[in-house]
Amino acid sequence: MIPRPKPERFRLRRTMMFMNAQKPGLIKDAYIYGCDSIMLDLEDAVAENQKDSARFSLYHALKTIDYGDTEVIVRINGLDTPHWQEDVRVCVAGGADGIRIAKCESAQDVRTVEAAVEAAEEEFGVEKGRTLLMGALESPKGILNAYEICAASDRMFGVAISGGDFRKCMQTKPQPDGIDMVVARGMMLMAARAAGVQCFDTVFTNLDDEEGFHAEVLQNKAMGFDGKSLINPKQIRYVHEVFAPTQKEIVQAEKIVRAYREQSAAGIGVFTVDGKMIDIAFIPGAERTLKLARACGLYEGDLV
Amino acid sequence: MEIKKPAVAGTLESSDLMVTVEPGSNGIELAISSSVMNQYGRQIKNTVLETLDRLEVRQAKVTVVDKGALDCTIKARVECAVFRSCDQSQKNIPWGGAIV
Amino acid sequence: MRNAVGRDIPDYLLTGGKEVYQGKNYMDGKYMQKAAPKTRRYEKPQESKLVETIADALRQCGCKDGCTFSFHHHLRNGDYVANMVVQAAVEELGIKDITVAATSLGSAHDVIADYIEDGRVIGVQTSGIRGRIGDVVSEGKLKTPAIIRSHGGRPRAIEAGEVHIDIAVVAAPTSDCVGNCRGIGGKSNCGSLGYAMTDAKYADHVIVVTDTLVDFPNMPASVEAIDVDAVVVVDSIGDPKKIASAAARISQNPRDLMMAENVAKVIAATPYFKEGFSFQTGVGGPSLAANLFLEKYMDERGIKMGWAIGGICGPMVELLKKGKVGKVIDVQDFDLDAVNSINQTPNHFEMSASQYANPANKGAFVNKLDFVVLAALEIDTGFNVNVLTGSDGVLRGAPGGHPDTAAGSKCCIIVTPLVRGRMATVCEHVVTVTTPGDCVDVLVTDYGIAVNPLRPDLIACLDEAGIPHVSIEELKEKAYSLVGRPDDLEWEDKVVAILEARDGTILDVVRKIKPYTLDEA
Repeated sequence: MIPRPKPERFRLRRTMMFMNAQKPGLIKDAYIYGCDSIMLDLEDAVAENQKDSARFSLYHALKTIDYGDTEVIVRINGLDTPHWQEDVRVCVAGGADGIRIAKCESAQDVRTVEAAVEAAEEEFGVEKGRTLLMGALESPKGILNAYEICAASDRMFGVAISGGDFRKCMQTKPQPDGIDMVVARGMMLMAARAAGVQCFDTVFTNLDDEEGFHAEVLQNKAMGFDGKSLINPKQIRYVHEVFAPTQKEIVQAEKIVRAYREQSAAGIGVFTVDGKMIDIAFIPGAERTLKLARACGLYEGDLV
Repeated sequence: MEIKKPAVAGTLESSDLMVTVEPGSNGIELAISSSVMNQYGRQIKNTVLETLDRLEVRQAKVTVVDKGALDCTIKARVECAVFRSCDQSQKNIPWGGAIV
Repeated sequence: MRNAVGRDIPDYLLTGGKEVYQGKNYMDGKYMQKAAPKTRRYEKPQESKLVETIADALRQCGCKDGCTFSFHHHLRNGDYVANMVVQAAVEELGIKDITVAATSLGSAHDVIADYIEDGRVIGVQTSGIRGRIGDVVSEGKLKTPAIIRSHGGRPRAIEAGEVHIDIAVVAAPTSDCVGNCRGIGGKSNCGSLGYAMTDAKYADHVIVVTDTLVDFPNMPASVEAIDVDAVVVVDSIGDPKKIASAAARISQNPRDLMMAENVAKVIAATPYFKEGFSFQTGVGGPSLAANLFLEKYMDERGIKMGWAIGGICGPMVELLKKGKVGKVIDVQDFDLDAVNSINQTPNHFEMSASQYANPANKGAFVNKLDFVVLAALEIDTGFNVNVLTGSDGVLRGAPGGHPDTAAGSKCCIIVTPLVRGRMATVCEHVVTVTTPGDCVDVLVTDYGIAVNPLRPDLIACLDEAGIPHVSIEELKEKAYSLVGRPDDLEWEDKVVAILEARDGTILDVVRKIKPYTLDEA
């Protein structure tokens, strides 16, 4: 059995790669590709009559495979199915880092899952509060309730939009410029930022359309997403490239953090860096840039 | 557990295995075929027997067709087949108990 | 007697001057006596050498009991010819005690497996052994041990007279009426006929089997009429679909791509990666994909590849057409892009197996190679590679040009996933040593890179470039931690195959496997 450290609620999650929990060949070492999180799927990828089998497979994978620093999230079946309660039990018993709530539409949905998680933590002697949650918003109702969902639990680390189902509800299809989901993405991002949690974009499913994928990732970054769900390891590298801070951003962030630490030690709250006025409000952003730079292998300093 | 009716779990895909359990009356009657029989046949047999023992299965015909599965997969498929044969595979699985 | 790779070679095999493997370049500088074939004179002008049937051609060539046939494998899994010839010899001429000396044997030759089982075929010499032939030989059903040689070791053995070919059979996509053969212009095209060239020069008799008779003279000929006794026209020499795929596509498998990218990184970190470098790659997923990433590094540095050799497929032809490779020299083609390019695209040439890889001649291409990228079924902590036996001990692979290019090149990179299913590719001891560890320099896996400690210079290059690497022992431990430590295979005494090193010494033997059964303790 591989003991996993307590999951970090706000960690780097640029890439979350989906994997069918029922396929032993896939899940045995999905971490080698370097995604930040893997998403073991008990929901859509698993046929209705194999839900039981997938749980046994998932349990032993969680207990046996050393995923190292890669976060392990499990997508459970929707609350309208007979499967989700047993899904929660196996996730908690197996020690998954987090649970992705499929088709999440309200704060009550989050609280329902949270109660089941808490009961399971009790049952299996797992530290209370260990298991994190995220919501998948798959319907207009989910998007409209995004803020209350984001704020519903201390376990919530983020929300993701699920494009396939959402577009079906909206009677639209993927558009090259993303116009089909731009409002939903924007609303979800605002809700997530208002509640102080992370926000992730949906998968890009056409593996042959590299240009379209690149355009979508660039738009994700420009809109302010923390990361993206992926369906194939070959998508990881580009997302990491796009989400990496530029050399200019890193240098600037380094200057800000260094100047702030020097100035605040001297009791000064507002100062200038390269002619720009800087105060404490700039510090979290600059630190985040440096942390991201470190994760991308672009920063080796000791400020973060 | 008592094997009440025939049940199957797993697939014949690479890195997986298919386990069939059937009621028996002659202890554990085990048949294994594997693409890695010469190197891992003994270990596969041990894993299957240990898993059945943990589940307190004493009487069964068990057929394993292995396509190079890892131990964790072998356990998962044997357990699922046994629980299915008792109609208990959907709920209240003893995670961390008989399933370890 | 133990050889230089630690393998026990039974003394009874060491007769007639046969030695065990003593290390790379052991035979360097020694003299050899070349064998000469005994050939029939065709002084009287002939209108044509066309013969009605294969059986007639065999009779004309004096086919008798104990005959050794040679075949070449350019038609790959689509080949009909080897089966037709052996079938005619057995069924129509009643020949016994046949030896099949082929450049490779595979699933197209299951018929020959039947003749091994009923004792008509008593000897097999080949560079590749797959399909049912591999099974029956592993089961000990062949009367004499199979002899496995590399693509360079085979022409060496032929030239040295260790294999004497009574009848060489050329499966020719086109031929004229006197036996000038080419690999293109017909309906079952294969491009290069490189492996057939040496055989035709050293065989007592040569029979050409074609399905497309063309006007005389069929030029430029790969196998020339001056060596040919008879030409037989048949309906079809092979299944074009299985001879050459439409186009060898570069793998989209993310694992392959990740490894391929690391291969290119390693190559670009060595001093040999400079203007005019030379290169060979296998056609397996990650090996072929290395082409793609290598091109990026070439563009970045503004350098071009001087020449490439080997079995050739589309991606290399494309580099040639783009002017990024100076010359491509080709012993075999794997897809239609390559088939349609050889001797057509400027600077795309054909070469013989001897010219490609024979270590005993005076200028084999492999000995001028900078880089070779190769696959492996297994590689052990001594960097010994196995590409012949599965980890269950059954013959199902092909040394091919692996040992020749590894020994000849300045930097030999093995690329393979750490495990395949439950089989640890990186292991403690390979089942069979087909390429000795002193010829292998770098191992690239999906779990990390290891450099042979014999190459401190390459270790320094990787460190300089900031490419992380670990010891091969660490990779082996990781593999075993994933799949469990395998039990040792159990063998009977009987030797079913002898593996010759490229220089003719004995590198390893394969014994009959004792299968594991559940009843054992």
